[in-house]
Amino acid sequence: MKGLPLQGIMVLEFSQYLSGPSAGLRLADLGARVIKIERPGVGEAGRKLAIKDLWVDDNSLLFHTINRNKESFTANLKDAGDLAIIKKLIAKADVLIHNFRPEVMGKNGLDYDAVKAINPRMIYAEISGYGKKGPWKNKPGQDLLLQSMTGLTYTTGNGNNGPVPFGISIADIMAGSQLVQGILGGLIRRQKTGKGALIEVSLMESLLDFQFELLTTYYTTRQQPKRSHVANGQPLLSAPYGIYDTADGHIAIAMMDIHVLADTIGCCALRDFDKSEAFSRRDEIKTVLAAHLVNQKTDYWLGLLHDAGLWAMHVLNWEEMTNEDAYQSLGMEQEIDIATGKTIITTRCPIRLDGKRLMNRRPAPKLGEDTERIKEDIW
Amino acid sequence: MKLLQDILVLDFSQFLSGPSASLRLADMGAQVIKIEKPGTGDICRELYVSDVMIEGESTIFHAINRNKLSYTADLKDPDDLFKVKQLIAKADVVMHNFRPGVMERIGLDYNSVKQIKPDIIYAAISGYGAEGPWKDLPGQDLLLQSVSGLTWLSNNNNENPTPMGVAVVDILAGTHIAQGILAALYGRGVSGEGSLVEVSMFESILDFQFEVLTCYYNDGRQLPIRGAVNSAHAYIAAPYGLYKTNDNYIALAMTNIPTLAELLGCEPLKQFSDSNDWFARRDEIKKVLADHLQQQPAAHWLGILEAADIWCAPVLDYDDLVKEEGYRLLEMEVTVKTSKGVSVTTTRCPVKVDGQLLLSAAGAPMLGEHNEAIEKQFGISNQLQGLPE
Repeated sequence: MKGLPLQGIMVLEFSQYLSGPSAGLRLADLGARVIKIERPGVGEAGRKLAIKDLWVDDNSLLFHTINRNKESFTANLKDAGDLAIIKKLIAKADVLIHNFRPEVMGKNGLDYDAVKAINPRMIYAEISGYGKKGPWKNKPGQDLLLQSMTGLTYTTGNGNNGPVPFGISIADIMAGSQLVQGILGGLIRRQKTGKGALIEVSLMESLLDFQFELLTTYYTTRQQPKRSHVANGQPLLSAPYGIYDTADGHIAIAMMDIHVLADTIGCCALRDFDKSEAFSRRDEIKTVLAAHLVNQKTDYWLGLLHDAGLWAMHVLNWEEMTNEDAYQSLGMEQEIDIATGKTIITTRCPIRLDGKRLMNRRPAPKLGEDTERIKEDIW
Repeated sequence: MKLLQDILVLDFSQFLSGPSASLRLADMGAQVIKIEKPGTGDICRELYVSDVMIEGESTIFHAINRNKLSYTADLKDPDDLFKVKQLIAKADVVMHNFRPGVMERIGLDYNSVKQIKPDIIYAAISGYGAEGPWKDLPGQDLLLQSVSGLTWLSNNNNENPTPMGVAVVDILAGTHIAQGILAALYGRGVSGEGSLVEVSMFESILDFQFEVLTCYYNDGRQLPIRGAVNSAHAYIAAPYGLYKTNDNYIALAMTNIPTLAELLGCEPLKQFSDSNDWFARRDEIKKVLADHLQQQPAAHWLGILEAADIWCAPVLDYDDLVKEEGYRLLEMEVTVKTSKGVSVTTTRCPVKVDGQLLLSAAGAPMLGEHNEAIEKQFGISNQLQGLPE
């Protein structure tokens, strides 16, 4: 019976907040042993970053969410003795992740060349904000700032809104995801060559890659994509794509032939538009549609649309979603045992292997929880 | 040596989720063959957006499918299926994003494919998973955003539920399936065994919300409330958001309010000295700040804030962005060429390996462009000839 695919892989995580630690979390879920390297006394800054003032112990619920299933080793990298121990760990590890500013690891003598000299098989993976050169290289790599600088905030909301950011840390998460792909690619090559790799990702490049459809279209025309003024779903897409009010809530309607839609929901006025105008006159079309949809309840419209095989759905909040059988059958929630004998609930890894969900009840580590044990192991 | 040198991927998927995953595998050096239906191919070929085309083809198809090969096969035709099975025997990865049951009917489900190639990595993306009442519904990005609660996290509270304006569900499901495929390839290198890797768009978009969903699961299941003023994140305190100045918008991330008041010379902001108020009274605080910032241009404010190391940035659209030196130095734009000689400018892979950008000049394939070359490369024969020795 085979185990998880990354069993036997040791990852040293010199990272804080979300981008690097989210990559470490995915590797842990896939079977790697992930050791957070933290400063004695304080640890990574994410331990003290809470949302809604939710705390599990000394650490925020947010920290627990991102760092479950990892170990913690404390070391003062400015202390020669501690640094010597870290170098011993580096000699044994397979992957090193950091998301410090470009020069920080170098100051501690842990830049790629130094680490490669200790361990030529190391997959050395780093996340920066904006890359290592140019006028932005020292700007803070913070999610909202990256969203703002990459044009992303002009994709969301209606054309008459100001720029609207994504309400989730998309830059951090995309960079973490890209880093995981690079690390795994590096490990696959190492199986054949025995050699390590340097994997570099920036939040900026990750967010530009994320917008590759929009940007490729932009490069073709050099015309800034415009958000629809009515029910904007995605700037590139034609009517009816968007979310509309109904008599009792909302409905999401994806791409479809506007004449088929007109016939299905009995909206004759939609027939006044030619199909070829679905993009160029989308605001007018969507205005007509919006005025029609508001007359009946969501379920009424969904009944008609689904019977016709058209792409439409409810717009749910989390309470409504978690009550759906479709949500419950996923088994997406998992319990984590926290040290105080209680449990917290979080989401599991979204990847299933060989038909099995990847579950793990192990909590985030206390600061330095594993330091002594790891020291004993390496001596 | 490229990271995925000598890895052969057969990609039966369409649109964005699966093809965005195989694009990344191609960037990393895998040989990716799109298996497409004769005559029509990947439906994305004709998914024109924004009334823009490149030589009659969709811009987004070119973006998603550069650096791949195309092999047409009618999977309902026994002779074509026989050929595809020979390709499977040589492949490392098979991937698809059909609805549950489709590959079973064709006879290319995991168990059947495993008979042909025991150590295959078989990867499937679905909309809602293989079970549950929604399993046969279309896995479409906007609809997944809508059922997953995501649309209640962006924009101001007085606005309708607001979808994210990029196909975030497709793209995340693509990164997750790529991660699963890569981990399984690594695992195969150790154990010699293949794997079934499954991702659903629903699970992917829930994972994307893991920080805030965990908050919801543990705070007595209180629904998030978007801010009323310049909302950027339902769970983050003032001043987090985008602000209009007397010309452009600027972004302000987490910052100490009294420090901000001092730097900006904003007297009425000084009363909010208790950090506990920064979340509870965020709308009031942001309103005060928003009024104040209207008085001067963006460059004025950014000059003050950047000098004090406050987390801030200009808000750019694409026209602004591409003029910036910081953007140009990234060399994010690459031009690829199709076999017809059509040049397409698109973005490159965001991952750098050993200090090198991962670049390829190969554009997206024409439908069935590589049938002959692939059959030759892999010694594929038709049914009448029987299997090659």
